[in-house]
Amino acid sequence: MTSYHLDHLQHLETEAIHILREVAGEFERPALLFSGGKDSICLLRLAEKAFRPAELPLPFLNVDTGHHFPELNEFRDRRAAELGARLIVRTVEEALARGIAQAAPGEISRNRLQIPTLLAAIEEFRFDCCIGGARRDEEKARAKERFFSFRDAFGQWDPKNQRPEIWNLYNARLNPGENMRVFPLSNWTEMDVWEYIRRERLEVPSIYFSHRRRCVRRGGQWLPANDLVPPKPGEDVRELTVRVRTIGDIISTGCVESPASTVDDIIAEIAAARVTERGSRADDKASEAAMEDRKKAGYF
Amino acid sequence: MNDSPSAPVPVDILRFNTCGSVDDGKSTLIGRLLYDSKSLMEDQIEALERSADITGGGQINLANLTDGLRAEREQGITIDVAYRYFATPRRKFIIADTPGHVQYTRNMVTGASTANLSIVLVDARAGVIEQSRRHTAIASLLRIPHLVVAVNKMDLVGWSEQRFREIRAQFEEFLPRLAIQDVKFIPLSALNGDNVVDPSPHTPWYVGPTLLGHLETVHIASDWNLRGFRLPIQWVNRPNAPKDPALHDFRGFSGQIAGGVVRRGQRVLALPAGLPSTVKQIWTYDGPVEEAFCPQSVTVVLEDDIDVSRGSMLVGLEERPGFGTDLRANVCWMHARPLQAGRKYLLKHTSHTVQAVVTEVVSRLDMGTLEVQPSPAQLAVNDIGEIRLRTARPLFHDAYGVNRLTGSFILIEPGTNATVAAGMLQASSETVRPEGAEYEI
Repeated sequence: MTSYHLDHLQHLETEAIHILREVAGEFERPALLFSGGKDSICLLRLAEKAFRPAELPLPFLNVDTGHHFPELNEFRDRRAAELGARLIVRTVEEALARGIAQAAPGEISRNRLQIPTLLAAIEEFRFDCCIGGARRDEEKARAKERFFSFRDAFGQWDPKNQRPEIWNLYNARLNPGENMRVFPLSNWTEMDVWEYIRRERLEVPSIYFSHRRRCVRRGGQWLPANDLVPPKPGEDVRELTVRVRTIGDIISTGCVESPASTVDDIIAEIAAARVTERGSRADDKASEAAMEDRKKAGYF
Repeated sequence: MNDSPSAPVPVDILRFNTCGSVDDGKSTLIGRLLYDSKSLMEDQIEALERSADITGGGQINLANLTDGLRAEREQGITIDVAYRYFATPRRKFIIADTPGHVQYTRNMVTGASTANLSIVLVDARAGVIEQSRRHTAIASLLRIPHLVVAVNKMDLVGWSEQRFREIRAQFEEFLPRLAIQDVKFIPLSALNGDNVVDPSPHTPWYVGPTLLGHLETVHIASDWNLRGFRLPIQWVNRPNAPKDPALHDFRGFSGQIAGGVVRRGQRVLALPAGLPSTVKQIWTYDGPVEEAFCPQSVTVVLEDDIDVSRGSMLVGLEERPGFGTDLRANVCWMHARPLQAGRKYLLKHTSHTVQAVVTEVVSRLDMGTLEVQPSPAQLAVNDIGEIRLRTARPLFHDAYGVNRLTGSFILIEPGTNATVAAGMLQASSETVRPEGAEYEI
């Protein structure tokens, strides 16, 4: 080797590995939030790169809203088993039954209900740090969040009082009950994630690729037809060739009509895309400050 | 696998930050870069149009792209560092949009600390003001290799070449006192897009590149330190029950190379133990490698079983680091409680944290004049000055001007755990010797 040069993916990779190792070095009881989605799939490979040949020094945690795509949960369980990692799943259903979370009258989305479920899991296992796959390019509130995002004893994010983050020196110190959320993919874009999936030949759940699905037209987008919110009379229901670009709950994740059946196809599609990833998420369209409000309350 | 022709992979990353005072047009400039380089998506433009209808009297406000938080939109200012991303076929860009208010210097230091390049915005009507000097001085102190002075709102001074030259001369008066090597001046209008992505028809007298053209081509390959091997150890890699018998005695030292190059078979020194050893293997997930370089993340296996743990550092035998417990440093103070001599803090340097006491506040930099004031009583929030520190254990380090990663530290206030200072170490009077057993702690 004569040229000591890293390309942009190698730069993002070494930055993320450094952060994961800082987590392992600084925290007593860290966990990695693994949903089976494309971002957390990249996190798993980065964790392997950070910690192999040793065992991964942290369990995986997933908050299951009960509205997940079944393909995603199958993938999540299988990958955790393949990597020999401990997978902890806590469900919104259980949180509702135990009175940890209360649904508002008529509330269908379980985005908000994830918050108390996650906070209860953090308390139950006394996690001092949760690693997530969030990226700053996803959303305006995320764009202002640190790699090491401090949460007080109530799990709250205070955007006006964030710790300055200078060079690669992360202040990981906590008082009892406080918590850190760490986002190693902060500097990655949607395109970087797919290029990394291609370079590392990572398996992703089948719903990211083109498939036939019954969809219902709601709020200007095609949502998967499902039993939770069944199509009403008069709603336009069609079987389409679609894929999902970002995965949330089955009741709010828009499907995009797409023939993309390989990672290369997806990369070409994103390069030509004219709407952002979260443009297909009804939950973020609720208001301009939707994500900011959820994060202040403890959302990851 | 072949790259799809429609998605060219950028060759590297340029990190830059923008700074200027309120209303110099930073957010508008970033909005313009994203808009004109076709990095904005339809739903983002739609959201802009939606908010314009309510607050902007029908006109799209490019600043709304970066002013993300509700509090900011209400106050019409940027309160924190916001990160933006875009790519051209030549490069991927990470922008730290850092606010210009006097009270938010800490955010600029945060955004600029990892930057290859800083853009200082100047309002062509106002010319150089105290904040222009402050931002340029901070960029210099942080040893940002490249600076762009974007002379904005040129449309409001009639595209006057004379005015552009005056502002350039104002800068050149104080630049010689700073450490910045590469400075570029560009006349532009962020609001109208002149010389941002596309060349302006209004500046026939300007022969240089557009802002984006410069960002795409500025030479950054030598911004990393490739002399003097430094590997701060973050984590010791010991498999518990490996299936592969070859890994039964595996003991690797994991970290991100903070300087130089390491090769298999190379002699290294483990600090603070001061014990020499030889690199047996450079382990990576993708297989062992013969050599690795800054800033790669690796796991190094040594020939000898010596005392190495988190906070230790492996270094090359040439270009050895300085060490000591009495340190001199420049700091940017970031907390409302001022810094005074005698205060104790936790000091995080590379991968270790030690106790430290401030023994003297040597001087304070006057941002208006860039003059050094000796022996101030204290450093207040957003002050920059020189201090002396004593640490509970020796720090193995380089001067910040030589290596940004092994020359930097943060101070943490015990109890509140607030990050109160960003520190840049000066050269140490003592250097580690190769047979350093006497340094054992």
